[in-house]
Amino acid sequence: MPGTLIYAEVQKGEIKKGAFEITSKAKEFGGDVSVCIIGKGVEAIAPQLAKYGADKIYVVDGPEFENYVTETFVQALTQVAQQLQPSVILASASAQGKDLMPAVAARLKVGAVSDCVEIKKEGDKIIAKRPLYAGKAYAVVEAVGTPQVISVRPNALGFKEIAGAGAVEKAAVSIDAGKVKVAVKEVVIAASTEPDQTEAEIIVSGGRGMKGPENYKMLEDLAKLFGPTATTGASRAAVDAGWRDHAFQVGQTGKTVSPNLYIAAGISGAIQHMAGMGTSKVIVAINKDPEAPIFTKADYGVVDDLFNVIPALIEEVKKIKG
Amino acid sequence: MNTIVCLKQVPDTETLIKIAGTTIAAEGIKWVINPYDEFAVEEAIRQKEKMGAGAVTIVSLGPDRAIESIRTALAMGADNAVHINDSGFYDKADPYATAAVLAAAIKGLDFNAIFLGKQAIDDDSGQVPAMLGEMLGIPAVTQVIKFEVAADKSKATVTREIEGGHMVVEVPLPAVFSAQKGLNEPRYASLPGIMKAKKKPVDVKNAAGLGVSDGPMIVIKEMSLPPARQAGKIITGDDAKVKAAALAKALHEEVKII
Repeated sequence: MPGTLIYAEVQKGEIKKGAFEITSKAKEFGGDVSVCIIGKGVEAIAPQLAKYGADKIYVVDGPEFENYVTETFVQALTQVAQQLQPSVILASASAQGKDLMPAVAARLKVGAVSDCVEIKKEGDKIIAKRPLYAGKAYAVVEAVGTPQVISVRPNALGFKEIAGAGAVEKAAVSIDAGKVKVAVKEVVIAASTEPDQTEAEIIVSGGRGMKGPENYKMLEDLAKLFGPTATTGASRAAVDAGWRDHAFQVGQTGKTVSPNLYIAAGISGAIQHMAGMGTSKVIVAINKDPEAPIFTKADYGVVDDLFNVIPALIEEVKKIKG
Repeated sequence: MNTIVCLKQVPDTETLIKIAGTTIAAEGIKWVINPYDEFAVEEAIRQKEKMGAGAVTIVSLGPDRAIESIRTALAMGADNAVHINDSGFYDKADPYATAAVLAAAIKGLDFNAIFLGKQAIDDDSGQVPAMLGEMLGIPAVTQVIKFEVAADKSKATVTREIEGGHMVVEVPLPAVFSAQKGLNEPRYASLPGIMKAKKKPVDVKNAAGLGVSDGPMIVIKEMSLPPARQAGKIITGDDAKVKAAALAKALHEEVKII
């Protein structure tokens, strides 16, 4: 029976949470749930997927899969897909998923749906909801080819424990090394343990009102107090001024984020910024300009100088955290 | 060094989106070059300038209005363009169909590299770079933040952004490169550039003429706007300390986040 094939991404030796999300969702939909996990030394962690609904886990393990190289991973996943002939292929819309899935889809000669925030089953088909214009609009779409190739935004579905048969087997994959043209020279991963903005639960973000790069330290301090699921962000104005690296940028030409708490310090709330963080559960705006548009969207607004509010807030959070 | 830049015209980031059926309402939109494609145009021009030779060809799928963005890229310093002016195809095109028609227009052109934005900020799919590479049978390196080409144009050393860091790769040319913010600072078109752009050749084509009949594989069934956010509570108090305490209390007790 044609079922679902899931690509489980591994980062720093761990299966990413996004893989559990899509696996448990696929199990809910019914049918066989197969998961393909690719990496070096991943066989040992593969059985973890059973708890979240994996019936079969296909392991592609070897030294050539230590670093993510598009062509190598495309070959591996495409071969598994060709053997299983699934009706749906799901992956997480992480940076890697966004690179991998369109190439896999093109090789299978089908379209792909990127970065969905909701998926549901209608008859034999998956219908997906995805943001356009960084969240200024949403579209409900259907991929008409087979398989349906769909990537799902991390954290959008949530995950739950739902047992699958969990049979682990080695996938029959052979990589044509001659076709792997890209050679990895260096991989640099920051030592920071902060989550990516797209996966963070709390983001403390600063804009033009921060006045300079040196002042982000206090936002970092506040984020640290919130714990390991918190990080910092920045507006386009701050990034364009060179105060923060563009990896921090939230908005239409940066990251689209959806944390539980978004604290905007010295951010006026331009349309392109609001598009990127408008789905945050709780928005706090701190700005000395009472006319700043962000106050029309914020759940809590503080009209005051952020250079007084943030240090005071740090002290208050310390008190609460004891 | 001959390069191709695939360019899409999109609504400016300050545009308020309104829905009209399964698309957006066209009124009041300021159309611009997709910001990520601007980095691609800039990089192609810089590579030509560095090498002191070669041509930059813009390839764009879009309706009549797209010519304005094509002219802007020519004014920045691109040399010529192919405008796939086919609104019937464009209106329904998904990333697969877009990549197919771009690939058809590019096949037969002489190039060392293709640059394009990592995603268009309208549909945010981010699929065309990888699909284009597949369809042309050449490597695609996405999310590029640094690009250097060997003197003999045989290969490029590029830095691409990955989650939590970056990766340096070496890739033989020709190849596709998708631009991420940080790659460069796009220039503005100069007045002489704008004058010159008017005379630069733009070859107009359509999908059928390129032999592409691929229908879309992604169908939009419905479009909607996100629920509007309401203004919440303004926290008042005598000074910043009092307000900060009230805010911390609200986050702790009302929404229970901290």
